[in-house]
Formats: sequence, structure tokens, C-alpha cells
Amino acid sequence: MGEFKVHRVRFFDYMPSAISAMAFNVHTERLAVARADGTVEIYNFADNCFQEKVIPGKDGRTVEALCWAGQRLFSTGLNGEIVEYDLENLRSKYTVEAYGGPVWTISSNSQGTQLAVGCEDGTVKIFELVEDSIQFQSNFDRLKSRVLSLSWHPSGTQIAAGTMDMIRVFNVTTGETCTALLQMMVDRAAGANKKKEVAVWSVVFLSDNTVISGDSAGKVQVWDSQMGTLIRTHLVTKWDVMALAVSRDESSLLAGTSEGSVVQFQFISARLDQPDKEWQRTRTLRSHSHDVRALVHTDTAAVSGGNDAHLVVRPFMEKVVKGSKESAPCKITFPHRSLVSCGKKAGILLFQFPERLEVWRLGESNENGIPGEELSVTKKPEALIHLKRKGDDHICCSTLSPCGGWLAYASASSVRLFQLQYDNDSIALTKVKLPKVLRWANQLCFSADSSRLFASFSQSSVLVFALSKSEAKYVHTLKPKSVSKQAVHLMSTSDDGQWLATANSDCEVHVYNLKKLKYHCTVPVYGSCPSAMAIHPTGSNVVMVHADQKIFEYSLEQKEYTEWSRSLAKKGLHGSWLNRVAPVTHVSFSASNPDYIILHDMNMFCIIDKSLPLPEKDSDLCNQNQLRSMNEAARVKDSHAFKICEMFKNLLCVGLMEDHSLVVVERPLLDIATRLPAPVRQKKFAT
Amino acid sequence: MVAHADTRVVHRGGSKINFRAPVITQDSRFLICVSGECIKVFSTSTEECIHHLQGHKELVTGLVLNPSNHLQVFSCSEDGTIRLWDFTDGILIRVTLLRILSMHVSAKGDVFLVMPVKRNKKEKFGLVSLNLPPSVEQHVMVKGHTIVFQSVSTDPKCIAFGQGGEYVASVKDNVLHVYFLNKKTFYRFALGTSGEMAARNAFTCVACHPKDDCIATGHGDGKIRLWRNFNQEKEYTFSTVHWHHSGVNALCFTPEGTNLLSGGLESVLVQWRYGQEGQKDFLPRLGSSIKEIVVSPDGSLFCTSHTDNKITVIKNCTKVSAVIQGLVHGDGVKTALMVDPRTKALVLNGKPGHLQFYSLQRDQQLYNLDIVQQEYINQSNLDQFEVVKAALDSRGSWLATVEQRSAKEVEISLKLWAFDEHTQSFVLNTTISAPHDGPISEICFSPSSQNSTTLVSVSLDGHFKAWQLTQPDPSDDEEASWSCDFVGDYHSLEPKCCCFSADGSLLAVSFKEVVTVWSPASWDLLTTLSQPPGAIQDLCFGRLSCSKYLLGATDKNLCCWNLLTCSLEWSTALDVSLLLADPLSENVAAFCGAEKTTDLFVFRPSEPRPHFSQQALCTGRVTRAVFAPRDEPLDGCEESSQWLNRSQLYFLTHNMELLTFLTKPEEERLMALSKQVPTIDDSVAMTPFYLLLGKHRKRVPCNDEADDSRLWGESWNFGVPNLAPGNHVMSSCVSSMCLLRDEEQPTEVEMESEKEEEDSEEEGASVPPRPEHESSDTGAKLGPVLTKAEHRELRGVKKLDYSWIRGLVTSNPVVNTTKQMVKTPKQRVKTPKPMAKTPKPMVKTPKPMVKTTKPMVETTNP
Repeated sequence: MGEFKVHRVRFFDYMPSAISAMAFNVHTERLAVARADGTVEIYNFADNCFQEKVIPGKDGRTVEALCWAGQRLFSTGLNGEIVEYDLENLRSKYTVEAYGGPVWTISSNSQGTQLAVGCEDGTVKIFELVEDSIQFQSNFDRLKSRVLSLSWHPSGTQIAAGTMDMIRVFNVTTGETCTALLQMMVDRAAGANKKKEVAVWSVVFLSDNTVISGDSAGKVQVWDSQMGTLIRTHLVTKWDVMALAVSRDESSLLAGTSEGSVVQFQFISARLDQPDKEWQRTRTLRSHSHDVRALVHTDTAAVSGGNDAHLVVRPFMEKVVKGSKESAPCKITFPHRSLVSCGKKAGILLFQFPERLEVWRLGESNENGIPGEELSVTKKPEALIHLKRKGDDHICCSTLSPCGGWLAYASASSVRLFQLQYDNDSIALTKVKLPKVLRWANQLCFSADSSRLFASFSQSSVLVFALSKSEAKYVHTLKPKSVSKQAVHLMSTSDDGQWLATANSDCEVHVYNLKKLKYHCTVPVYGSCPSAMAIHPTGSNVVMVHADQKIFEYSLEQKEYTEWSRSLAKKGLHGSWLNRVAPVTHVSFSASNPDYIILHDMNMFCIIDKSLPLPEKDSDLCNQNQLRSMNEAARVKDSHAFKICEMFKNLLCVGLMEDHSLVVVERPLLDIATRLPAPVRQKKFAT
Repeated sequence: MVAHADTRVVHRGGSKINFRAPVITQDSRFLICVSGECIKVFSTSTEECIHHLQGHKELVTGLVLNPSNHLQVFSCSEDGTIRLWDFTDGILIRVTLLRILSMHVSAKGDVFLVMPVKRNKKEKFGLVSLNLPPSVEQHVMVKGHTIVFQSVSTDPKCIAFGQGGEYVASVKDNVLHVYFLNKKTFYRFALGTSGEMAARNAFTCVACHPKDDCIATGHGDGKIRLWRNFNQEKEYTFSTVHWHHSGVNALCFTPEGTNLLSGGLESVLVQWRYGQEGQKDFLPRLGSSIKEIVVSPDGSLFCTSHTDNKITVIKNCTKVSAVIQGLVHGDGVKTALMVDPRTKALVLNGKPGHLQFYSLQRDQQLYNLDIVQQEYINQSNLDQFEVVKAALDSRGSWLATVEQRSAKEVEISLKLWAFDEHTQSFVLNTTISAPHDGPISEICFSPSSQNSTTLVSVSLDGHFKAWQLTQPDPSDDEEASWSCDFVGDYHSLEPKCCCFSADGSLLAVSFKEVVTVWSPASWDLLTTLSQPPGAIQDLCFGRLSCSKYLLGATDKNLCCWNLLTCSLEWSTALDVSLLLADPLSENVAAFCGAEKTTDLFVFRPSEPRPHFSQQALCTGRVTRAVFAPRDEPLDGCEESSQWLNRSQLYFLTHNMELLTFLTKPEEERLMALSKQVPTIDDSVAMTPFYLLLGKHRKRVPCNDEADDSRLWGESWNFGVPNLAPGNHVMSSCVSSMCLLRDEEQPTEVEMESEKEEEDSEEEGASVPPRPEHESSDTGAKLGPVLTKAEHRELRGVKKLDYSWIRGLVTSNPVVNTTKQMVKTPKQRVKTPKPMAKTPKPMVKTPKPMVKTTKPMVETTNP
């Protein structure tokens, strides 16, 4: 597959932010994940847990709780506001002040007509959902301390509220505490912590009027809400039980603890032939090193997230078919989009952080070594620019022109364009004014010759700007011939400057002819969202890799799938390729060999050589190491199109530079782990 | 030479009492456990053995309380019988004939057995359900049985019955099977079997909750899984708890199901709260790793059996109330067997780093002496100090031990222990670190004189050293201690063995092929004896009238030197593995390792003709044996067993079974005593044993007085402490029992002797597999039940076979007709030949010996 000089970049100190809340929409199978910096991400569980949308956060906005009401997504935080998100334009739609101090929790009833929020001042407030807004409806009896958790009874008539030291059940219609029941006092921890109040971090109200609570004393307690009596206590941990999640059929319950473990409870009968069931502790899943803050129980899997910023999907083996893709546990750490842009010609890299941008120049080496050897660096990599963003909104996208002369970034409220001028060692950064037309953008992209800037705007439209010395001029708006309102998440231009392709989360790929500034065609819509896309520099083919790992090549001139793509579809991809968990996040091509497609995901990078035969079903997909030890004849016989390199781990970006050197941006998970705060102390054997 | 029908080799104590889980009776007063071929009933409060339930003829493999009558216990054995016992009176109630490996009884009273099941020509073990016919007869033949499981583990821990016998759970390797007996449905749950995990995942034991439908399984990696909802293939669920760092050996629910007990290598009893598995209690420091856990039916007593042949009774979940310690079967005995002259106890390696004092009479360990005095860390690949040599002086007042650790370089230390009359135990007097540069191959005390004792240590570094007790200045406060007196060597050859003559006036040390004789008084080299080829392996002086003889064994020859003439008296070609002189008589026993079995010859050094020999004593080489002096000599023995009059010979086989010889008079006396009606009442708690041991078990009972030790010996011989004379309560019952016993007695004796004959034949004829794995052997007996005539025929066939093989071995023309064979031995006996020159006849002797038994057998058959 050829040899490359590899720049192994480890100075991108990207830190994923802790997961603070999650909400799962059963009907659309979308999971909303909120992070500590206020980012909200939408994952599509119907499509291999692909990160479909990212709504950037904002300074001063934290998300304590998320909830879906029908198709609408709400969040609350300690700034006391309720936020509804615009899922099409990936920004907050509006905010409503709850007037109760910091809001700890939000929950909607199963009908999706009312929202309940729990406030610091001890009130539970009910909001009614109206078209495009929410309306304050009523206040419940005020409790003595902050309301930390809320759960609606499936019928929507009662709400269980967990506060400090107790749980209370309200009647929704009257707003009063239910007559039969006053309150359920939660025991405090034994010993030294006796004086400390117990926070009921999470409650779950089941349809058989059982309330289950998880508290800071490490207990999961089962209550009878009609009598207000405690049925069963499970001591799960010495620390806090932060989150609870119940399955849809209410037969299984998950509890996330500060130790990073997730404990499963199941509603099963002690005697096989008898119907009376009870909650029994069964499995313990250990997938986190830090607190589990948020939990979701889907039909087939336990989804957990916490302070270590990993989103972990652990399927239940009895609910899935063994060996299928669904049964593979999946750990999502990095976003499914690129945070790195390469200035191919100039050898510079742009790293995107929520609050700043960094531009680095790659190191140089004059040596030539044998494969696997480490070369000494004559010129060290150098940080050229730290660019802090303006305003409160976090950066949602950024791009660097291939020549390295232009830089653009966008947030929810502004788009900024800069010109970079290199003068030997000094760098000049000049801001270039953009026309007012562009108030925000979802994706930004420069053309290959850096003469144009493309910015995707609402309803999948793309604005085209012409760049000159110190000016950006609005040229045209490209509009697709479809009704999709979804935002564009991928944008790619061809090197010859003729084509521009955009992909949105409705799985549509639109292609525009830039010479004519006209809509050209739409690639036949495939059921899975494209996760990476690129246009071949010479062949006018667009290559798309989808979230389900399928690869397609579409000829833009013939407006049909290419021969190779058809043969690939006919033969089918190799089983171990399809069973990979991480989606491909980047596709590029080699200038030297037009048959090469270079792509990578989080764990490997791969070069597909279209001239070689496709791998057989029973052959080993990952056979580079074996091939190396074979003789020439056997190597030719056994080699196939997929050349996979697993030497590099935790990849954020693999890019091919102009001089045929490869830039590999790694972010070792260990580095992330060391920068996390220390986990709660656990006694481990032999330590 | 005569056939030795009047002596036979028997297991005499030292059997594994931890082989199967013990049983606690309903009232928690008795603990019943297997012990080789017999079953022992212990009192849980006094640790005292109350009954030996004897009747099985092979290893007892299972023990279960009769659920329908809690005063009865079922036992099963490899001899193919299930017996039902009344354990309070020690009476056999019923015998059922079958072939069994282990046994379970569900709460409904159905009997299940694990026995070999033939399937596809492969021998597998199956769980078989059995309906015992309701009959009052003593012997019951069982015909109908149904196979429940095809392939089960032979370990009884791997099968459990749940919910009053509604389902059976069986684990094997990585699979849990649950079978619902009523619904006849079958579920299979497998754990991951791929890669590294598989071996660690494997199931080790199973237990069923008594009330709920919950199955607890223990695993090789120390996890315990609690399975629920196991009546579904897919929706089953289990929870995992993990405390043990290595495999879980035993699991047990308490009778109410509130707690789960588990144990393993850590020797910690862990008590999990059922339903709140996060909370657990520990009972640590139980001595050695836990093999089985049993809970009494009322839940007040726990009972753990340990790998060091110990059963611990635990009261109220927290307190060890009694310890029943049998002979510790360690990794092997490194020290020689010794008899402590004070306690008459057998001294040998026990727990790692300990010496155990084991009472032969009571079949219990008296105490452990910590030699190494270092914490034993239970970890593989860790070199630990081991006691490799030990010696006791003739009065039992000094004990010398050698401990050795062979990590990178050999670390040795020699310790000398003085017997302290006050504490009645050995107290460390002197520690000599690095007494030699190489491993010590032998140590021995000089038997002599009252005040000066000499210890000789022989090392592979080429030297032997004599150590003496030096009396310090009276002005000093220091006690007497040991120091080196003399260092000897001989042409820088490696010495191997040393031996003092009976009066202590001569010391013989062997250097390769040369035996040097030294005078301990002056440390002069008196003479050298040599009889190449072959290095000397063992040395031994004759006793009493034969004290002028020195015996030496090389790996090919046995030589006898006359020390008066300094010449070789006789020699014979024998592969002697152990030479042993009886301290109370002239007799010398030589164990000869012929290929895979061991033969024993007993002779006087003065006459090169053995007056007792037994071939095929046991399989494997015997390298440890001891003559235990009798308290009073036996008399009225036949000539051939007279060598056993003064002392009893005990020996250890290679798999750590302690065997001995039993003479006919002894046997008869035992039989007679066993007919006496044993009694049990509450006075058990006040027996002398209890007073002596029960309360002060850490101390050795002081039995300097001869009376005391005689009492011990006798009470053991009786089999039961016959303590409540004139028990009037059960007189009527008793007489009927006596009658019953009398009637069955003769047949039983006869059967035993027959059995014995058969055994010895088989052992001689071929290599018999060990009883544990003896599936093929028992398989022969398993088939359809034979009539007596058929039995006889079969035996005849076997005998013929045997003689053929024997003939081939000795490469003698074999006379096929038995009559001639019977005649031949007589001729041989009449023609005494000098042994030294004809070693061959000795080898041949077993053939006639076996044959002569034939007429006897035939006469006993009606």
C-alpha cells in the first residue's frame, strides 16, 4: 500500500465534556445527550448510534436535565431557564424563565402535553406545551428543599418528586400532595454521614404505583406510593446513586452509581410458578471510571454516560441476536465529525475547541528511515495562532483553506473569516468582513483553490462567497430541489472546483455544479446517514460512507453508481467491516494513485485499492501483518482491496498532505483519563 | 514359606474425612463423615468419635440423611452398595446393591445416584433416579432406574436439588443444566467458552435456595452467580458477586435461605445476605482452604471441611467450637515417619511448615508444631520453607528439624527443640542457620546415654557433622544449647545416610559405595565397608541379638555386614526402597519397589531367609514406614505373624494412604468388641477424652502414666468408648440386635476375606487403578448380578489368568493344574536355601502363596 512519512500528531489536547443528562425518544429512537459545557448531541439509535446533530453550547448555560415532549426537546439548567431546541437549525429556539431559582429537573408527561420542572426553591411548576412555546400553568405545594428529581405516573395524574431526605407524590390536577400519602422519608446513611442530608437524585414512578428512588446514600429503594411505605431497600454502593432508568415494559431497572458501575434490577418472581414478583438485583455493568450521571434503558441496551465523557451502549445479550451488530458493545468518545482541518498545501493544521481555535505548523524532518522507524525532527511543530472566539456561543464549525491563507469559523450567532499572512516567522491575522447575509452557518468549506467560501445555511441551502484580497463578496445561494429542512452536516468540494456536495441528516446528498452555480443532482437516498463524503479529484465521482459502514461511489457525470460501487454492492462488504462500531469520519483520495480511497474511523485507517479484488467472505479482512510475513506469490494471491492499518488508535483525523506525507492526529484515551478529576475511592483487591 | 492368611493389610486411620461433605444430624448433636471404608460419627460438642459405621468394603463415596427418618443416614460406596444406617446406635439397617459414585436425596425422599453410564462406548457419568422398594429385608436389589442426566460431574458439589426436589441443577465445565423433574423440561445455560475466560469461568459448585427459585453457582475465577428465571432459555438472568480471588470451592444456603455461605482457597468463610449481597460477613483464619460447607438443619451449626483433612464446627456463625482433625495429607511426606515415645503419636509433615503429631490409636491429630514459624502465603509459584527432615531422640525429649527453601540458592536451617514438661510441648532451643553448605540428606540422634545426646547431620556438601548439647557455665543464665562437635568427611565423597547402632557406640555413614563406621566417643574412623557396585541408599543396624550386623541397601542389592569380622555376611539382589528395623525385636523390614508395586520382606539379619513376605503390598513405592511399638506384646499369634507381636508396622503409600498390618487375633478381638452394644447418651459430653481434649485441645494430653495411654489404646480397639456400662434402657432392643448381628456375622467375615483375596490377586495380576478412578474395575462388577456359582467360576478364571501372567514374569514353566501348584510350596518350605545366593525363589514365592488360599476359599463356600 506504499509507504508514507507520517506526522503523528498528539498535541491536539481535545477534551470531551462530561455527560450530564440524557433523554431517549422511543418513537423516533433518538437519544439526546447533554454535556457539561451545554452542548446537546442527538444520536440516532435506528442508525447505528450515529451522532446526527450537535447543538453547540453557550457560556453560562448548563444543562441539568433533558426531556423530549413528542418531537420537541427541552432542557433546563442551573441558570433557571427552560430551553427548547430548534433541531433543524441546531440552535436554541427560545428560553423561558422558570422563576424558581436553579432548575434541577424537567419531565414531561407521557402524552407530551405538560412539562414539570423542579426548582431550587422547592416548587414544582407545570408548564403547558402550546404551539411553538410553553405556557406556565400551575405551581404545586412548596416543599422544604430543592426538588432534585421528578417522575410522572404513566397515567399523567400524579408526579413523584424527590427532594432532600424525602419523596413526595403530587396530584397533578389539584397540585396538592396526594391525600393517602404524605411523604416518604428516605433513610440517611449510617455512621459518620448521619447528619448529612440525603439527596434523592432520581425517582421513577411505575404504572403499578411503585416509586423507585436512588439517593446519595447509595440506596435504591422501592416504595408503595399509595401507602407511602418502603417495600425493599437495596444498598448498591457506598457513594451516590445518581441516575435511574426503567425499561418500557417496567421489568428492568438500571441504577448508575458514582463508582461508575451500572446495576440492573429485574422484576422477577422468587418462585418460578408464582405471579408475585419483586425487584431483584441482577447484573452489574462496569463501563465507566467516573460517576454515571445519566442513564437510558432502551429495549435492547443500557445507555450510560457520566463524568468520564464516554457514551456507552451495552446491549442486553438476551434481547439481541448473538453475533449481530446490535450485540456489540459500543463506546462513543469522539464526535462523529471532524474537529481538525488540514491546510494541505501549507502543512498547517487547524484544531477546533468550543471556545478557541488553534493553528499549528507541522514539524519537519529531512531524514529517511525504514518503515516503523522514528525520525528525528529538525523543526518542531509550532503553535501559530490561538484564536479566541467572540461572544457566548460556542464554535460549531471551522475550516481552513487548503493553501492555509484563509480561516473561517461559525457559531450560533456569528460567522467570522480571517486571512492569514505568513511572513517568515511572524504571522498576520486580518479579519475579513463578511456580508450581512450570513448570520450563522452549520458548515463552512473553502474551495480547493481558496477562491470561494461555502457556508451551509438553513434548509440545506448553501451560500457562496467569492474571496478576494481583503473582501468576501456574496455570489449566490444554492438551493436543493427537496423539501428537507434538516441542517447540512457534511460538505465537500472537488479539487477541480467543479462540484460541491452536501449531505444532511435526512440522508440526502445534493450535488451542485459550481461552474454553472446550479443544482446538479441528488444521489439516490440511502437509508443510513452518510458519515463521510468526498469527491474524487479527477474522476468526478463522489464517494460516500454511511453510518452502517456501507460504501458507495456515485458518478456525477453519468448520474449513476459506478461499476466498482455496483460490484461492491453485489458482492457485499466483508462481515467484520460491517460489524465495526465506529463510523468512518473522513474520506480522502491519493493524488498519486486515483484508485486509492483513504478513509479512517476512530480505531483504524484504511486504504481501499479499487484495482484489487474485493475480500472474500471467509478471508481475514485485517491481513496486513500476515501479508508482510508471506512470500511474494502468496502475498499477491491473498491481498485484497481493503488495506487496514490498526497501528494508530483513537484517531481524530488522518489527512494526506500535498507532499504525500500523512498527518495522523491521535488523542490517546489515557491522556483524557489523566486529565479527568480523580474518581471516588474504591477499594480494589491487591492494592 | 507359609501363606499369610492370618495377616492382612488394612487401612488404619489416616483416611480422608474431607473426601465428601459431612452431614450434621437434625438435632445438631452429631456430625457424620466418611473416612475411607467406614463412616464416623462425631459429637459436635466434644469432637469425639462415637461410632465407626463399618460395613462398606470400598471407599465410601456419599452420605445423605434420610429425609423421611432423621435418625437414619444413607451411605453409598464404590463397592456398589447403598446402606442405610441408624447412626445413633451404629446399626446397619438396609443394604442395596448398585454401583455408585455419589448420592443425593431430594426432599421428597427420592434417591439419586451418580454412576457410570455407557453411551457411545464412552464411559460417562450419569445422574440416575432410583426408587427404593419399600421392604423390610436387609438386602434389597434394585432393578429399575431412570437416567436423568447423561453427563454429570462426579463431584457431588456439582449437583443440587431445588425447591423440594422439583428441579435438579447440575454444572459441568462451563454449562449449567436445570432439569424440572415433574415437567420433564430441560434448560441449558452456557457461559463464554472462548479464550482465556473459559478456564476461569468454569463452574465449580452449585447450590439451590431452599425457598426461592434461585440457583447459586461458584466459579473458577472466584465469582458467585445467582441465577433466576431459569425456566426460560432467553430471559433468564443472573447476578454476580465477587469476593474470592481464586475458585469458589463450596457454596451452601442456610436452611431458611437468608444467607449464602461460600468458601475457597482463602480459608475464609464468607456469609452473604441473600437479597443484599453487598453485605457480607467473614470468618477468617480457618487454617486451610475450605472444601465443603454444611449447615445443620436448624441453622445453628456450620461445618466446613478443609483440604488438610480437617472438619471445623462453627457455632452461631462466628465461633469455631470444635475442630476434628484427621491425618493431614500434605503434598507429600518429606520427613521420615517417627513415633513420639511420649505420646505414641506418629510424627510427620503436616500443614506446610508444620510437623503434626497424629494419634494412631484415635485416628486424630493431636497437635501441630509450627517449625518454620512464618506466615504461609497461599500463592502459587512462591517458594516457601519446608520441613524436610525431622528426628526425635529415643526419650522424646529432643526434636531436631531441618527446614529448607530452594529459591535461588538453598536456604537451610537446623532447629533443635526441647520438650518442656511444663507446657507439654516442644520449645525451640537452638536455631542453626546454614548448618551445611548443601542440602541435608539425613539427620539422626544417637540412641545412647542419659545425659549426652548427639545429633548427626549428613549433607550433600561432603561432610557430616555431629552436634552436641553443651552445658553452659553455671554462672551464666543461659540455657544449654547445641553446637557443632565434629565435622567428618571421607575422601570428599557425598555422604547419603547415617545410622547409629542400638547402643550408640557406633555410627555408620555411607559415602557413595563406601560405608564408614565411626566411634562417636572418639570420632575415630573404625573401619570402612564397601560392596560395589551401587551407592548405598539406606543403612540400618540390627537390634538386640543381631546388633553385630549392619545392613545396607543399594538400588540393586541388600548387603549384610558382620561388624565383628568386618566382612560381608550375605547379600541378595533386591531393589530396596526402605529398610526399617523394629526397635523392640531383631526384625528388619525391607520394602522392595518392584516396578509398580511394592513387596515387603521381614527378616532377621542373622538369617538371610525372610520369615514373612508379602508381595504386591500396594501400588507405588513405599518410602515411608515406621514400627510403632505396642503397649503390650501380642501373644498367641501364628508363627508368620509373630514379627508383629512387639510393634505394629505402619506405612504410607505414594498417594498418602496410611496402611498397616492386622493380625487375625486382633481382628477377632475387634469383631468381638464390635458386637457389644454401643450406647450413646448425654454422658458423652463427660468422657475422659472430653475432659482431656475437649477443653484443652491446644495442649497435648499428658500421658506419662502408662495407665492413661493404655486406656487410649483400648478404647480405640473397642471401636466405641464403652463408657456407660449396664445400660438398662435398651436392653430388649439390644438383645434383638445382638441376635441379628450374630446371624450375619459369619457371612460377613467370610465375604471380607474373600474380598481381600480377590483384591490381592487383582493387584498382583495387573496394575489396579486407584479407587477414585476405578470405573473400569467396578464396571466389571456392575453388570447383571451373578449367582454364587458364577462368582466362583469368575474367580477361577481370574486366578488362572493371574498364574499365567505370573508365569510370564518369572519366566518359569507354569504348571497349569492347581493341584500340583498346591503341593509345590510345601516342598519349598522344606528346603531352606541360603537366601544370599538365591534371590529368585523369593520372587517366586507369591505364586504358591496365592494358590494355597484356594482350598480355603472353597471350603468356606457352602
